[in-house]
Amino acid sequence: MKTAINLNVNGVARTDEVEPRMLLVHYLRDVLDLTGTHVGCETSLCGACTVMLDGQAVKSCTMFAVQADGSDVKTIEGFATNGDLHPVQEGFWEKHGLQCGYCTPGMIVTAAQLLDRNANPSREEICHGLDGNLCRCTGYQHIIEAVEYAAGKAADK
Amino acid sequence: MPKKYVGQSVKRTEDPRLIKGLAHYVDDIKLPDTLHVAFVRSVYAHARINHIDTSEALKAPGVVAVYTGQDVADKIGPVPCASALPDLKVPDHRVLAKDKVYFVGHPIAAVVAKDRYAARDAVDLIVVDYEELPVVIDVETAANDETVIHEEFTDNIAYRMTSGEGDIDAAFASADRTIKQRILHNRLAPIAMEPRGVLARYFPGEEELTVWSSTQIPHLLRTQLALMIGIPENKLRVITPEVGGGFGSKLNVYGEEALLGWISIQLGKPVKWIETRRENIQATIHGRGQVGDIEVAFKNDGTVTGVRYNVFADLGAYHQLLTPAIPTLTGLMLSGAYKIPAIQMNITACFTNKMATDAYRGAGRPEATYVIERAMDIVAAELGFDPAEVRRKNFPAANEFPFHTATGLDYDSGDYEAALDKAQGIADYAKLRADQKAARAEGRLIGIGISTYVEICALGPSQAMPAGGWESATVRIEPTGKVTVLTGASPHGQGQETSFAQIAADELGVDLNDITVIHGDTGVVQYGIGTFGSRATAVGGTAVFVAIQKLKEKAHKIAAHMLQADATRLSFEGGKYSLQAATAAAAGGSSEPVHPVGEAPAGALPEPQTEGKSSVTIQEIALAAHIAKEIPPDTEPGLSATYFFEPKNFTFPFGTHIAVVEVDRETGDIKFLRYVAVDDCGKVINPMLVDGQVHGGIVQSIGQAMFEEVVYDEQGQLITGTLMDYALPRASHIPNFELDRTETPSPVNPLGVKGVGEAGTIGATPAIVGAIVDALSPFGVKHLDMPVKPEALWRIINSTH
Repeated sequence: MKTAINLNVNGVARTDEVEPRMLLVHYLRDVLDLTGTHVGCETSLCGACTVMLDGQAVKSCTMFAVQADGSDVKTIEGFATNGDLHPVQEGFWEKHGLQCGYCTPGMIVTAAQLLDRNANPSREEICHGLDGNLCRCTGYQHIIEAVEYAAGKAADK
Repeated sequence: MPKKYVGQSVKRTEDPRLIKGLAHYVDDIKLPDTLHVAFVRSVYAHARINHIDTSEALKAPGVVAVYTGQDVADKIGPVPCASALPDLKVPDHRVLAKDKVYFVGHPIAAVVAKDRYAARDAVDLIVVDYEELPVVIDVETAANDETVIHEEFTDNIAYRMTSGEGDIDAAFASADRTIKQRILHNRLAPIAMEPRGVLARYFPGEEELTVWSSTQIPHLLRTQLALMIGIPENKLRVITPEVGGGFGSKLNVYGEEALLGWISIQLGKPVKWIETRRENIQATIHGRGQVGDIEVAFKNDGTVTGVRYNVFADLGAYHQLLTPAIPTLTGLMLSGAYKIPAIQMNITACFTNKMATDAYRGAGRPEATYVIERAMDIVAAELGFDPAEVRRKNFPAANEFPFHTATGLDYDSGDYEAALDKAQGIADYAKLRADQKAARAEGRLIGIGISTYVEICALGPSQAMPAGGWESATVRIEPTGKVTVLTGASPHGQGQETSFAQIAADELGVDLNDITVIHGDTGVVQYGIGTFGSRATAVGGTAVFVAIQKLKEKAHKIAAHMLQADATRLSFEGGKYSLQAATAAAAGGSSEPVHPVGEAPAGALPEPQTEGKSSVTIQEIALAAHIAKEIPPDTEPGLSATYFFEPKNFTFPFGTHIAVVEVDRETGDIKFLRYVAVDDCGKVINPMLVDGQVHGGIVQSIGQAMFEEVVYDEQGQLITGTLMDYALPRASHIPNFELDRTETPSPVNPLGVKGVGEAGTIGATPAIVGAIVDALSPFGVKHLDMPVKPEALWRIINSTH
């Protein structure tokens, strides 16, 4: 049995019939082919699957697609506008905030929410904000600097 | 002439696709009609399989096939082990268990279904009738355990080995003093953020199989899969798309990779398997897992005269590709950064009912560095010396290189004292010690830890490697002037698409953005070895460099022909061959890179115009070489060169790490106050990438020192099977890193580079543990085993009340 869902993903209205048990991350990746959102642990511990749901960063690996019915979803593919990188994306590039890149989309989504809530975070606040996202490559220091870069960029505007 | 790119923190060319979410890891590749595979894995650590009932699973919706160990036993060859050691016991390691299971997570059956949910559902419908057997878990008692895991052998000892040089007995007999310490190296899970994954597609008409796998070694994997599946190697193509981290865990050949390829041939359809994190912790290789006694003989002045290390290595149930070799690497590096005349290592490597250990970042060398550095601290404590001074006392001097160790190596170059001096200077060491003393007087528990490490990189000369230690490169300038670099290295986060382009751009005098570095596709790239052992730049980067020199020899001849000049009158600078008389004028303009002819409006390729010119660009030469109308007689058309670089030795990067921690008396919590690292990886191509490697390595060390541990209980159940139980470092756990470098070029390769991928995981753990031990030294603590947890510290602090 399938259930109809209507949602808006990266500004595009979507209507689909999905199994009620289909995870949001599988809906995004397998149905919509938005494969920038990754699966790293299936238990909401690593944050690779983080997406924006109605303006809040959520882990899409432990949420059903049907729970997102009626919501606005923004994935990593929706962060650059008209070809211009989001300041957080720019920060990750400038500061070498990524190596293998697998955790990166989730990190960027989480960092963007962090800056939405606190435009000028301290290093401690950045670390606390990123604690739900694991990175095994960078040792975090360049990620923290990437978020600081993005905060500085926003302040300059 | 100063380099335009090499030595600069060039932003990575691979990043745009990754930060936009547009890169393709294995699971992002979609092929029509793909079937999905899920595995039934053993829930017991050791059991006999009496029967497997697959009948219900086969009836389940969407299920296409189920394969058991019986089905594939005579179809797919064993999982390979590349280590050849004398008298090594090699169990028959099949891709699916047949009669017995040997560890929790051992694959038993594969379900193939139309989607991943259906495959997973059907796994639960397969009934395995197990007969539980006694388990072997403790590596120290495994040798004499009456339970023998592999019944074809008489005991659980995979091998014993003694290594080292010098008269060890005399060293201990004549020592002023000796120390002995039991040291544990916790078993770790590499946890690449992208788990393993395989997509296999067989083309029945062409009789060709393509396997996409998240691997560090595409070409070695192709060779091994061809042998396992029995398909001609030239009908098999391995592609590694984006790889989400490896750390050694993907430097392997896994049963799942062969099985997926074989299933695709059977069913004539694409099949995909994406490892879950639980499977990843159960059935992807682990690292470390040693326990041993380090003994040191030394003089009253701190001079170390002998080191003996008796160690048990926990290999797990089976050999993966390099399992038995890892403890032998520990033996090679036991001399550390010191002149030690006599060294002996005695390994007892045993099978246990656990997942195999193998190469995890550092691979045997962190164990060596950890024991020797911990031992130096204990020697210092014994003598009442500062730990830095005991180290300094035993360093070889800078003019003693190449330096021969009693483990049989020749260290290429080094200046260990310079790195220590620099780190002590940055840390303001004397003041740190004074502050520590003052803080202790106030009852605060502050500790300072030092590690002066050396590591073995750029693996390595082929003589010392199981399957070749060279690396390959092809450099090609296309007719439009764009440059293609094909490398046999297989970067998966290290950034060699950028750093190799930096090397090529400088050598060819072209713009970085006109270069594309291609790797990880055996259908496109000449044979290669892969990325591991901090080898990609030192071996693979050198291959790129030398290939370019070959290419330029040919370009030089063509340039002379085009300019109708004597080749000896031409010099290469700024991407152009110019007549020397005209050089000043030509170079007077700028040293900006030359641009390809392809930048011109589209259409027919222009004819090279050389009449009356005194210089010709490398791109014009490439065009001429491809059109082949204006090249010297007896010259091959085209402009490309291939080089396979065989290094004559390893390289030996080194450095000093200093950690400062404070332990909370009330909670035992450990807080970093400082972290200073001075690393010497030889010449640096891209400082920003080097810093990133060092940061990441240190944080994996923090993980080993303070958080991470794969734990099996007494029944062999894995009790750290999710990321909730297996604790990885998070952003708020890290110190602010203060990094610096010394730069001692390696004589082993023309770039002077050494490698840096593993430095952090090798150098940092002893500094961190040393700092924690130092903080607790008022309580008489001389050593603590990893992971050092607050509870253990709290107990020590509170037991003396």
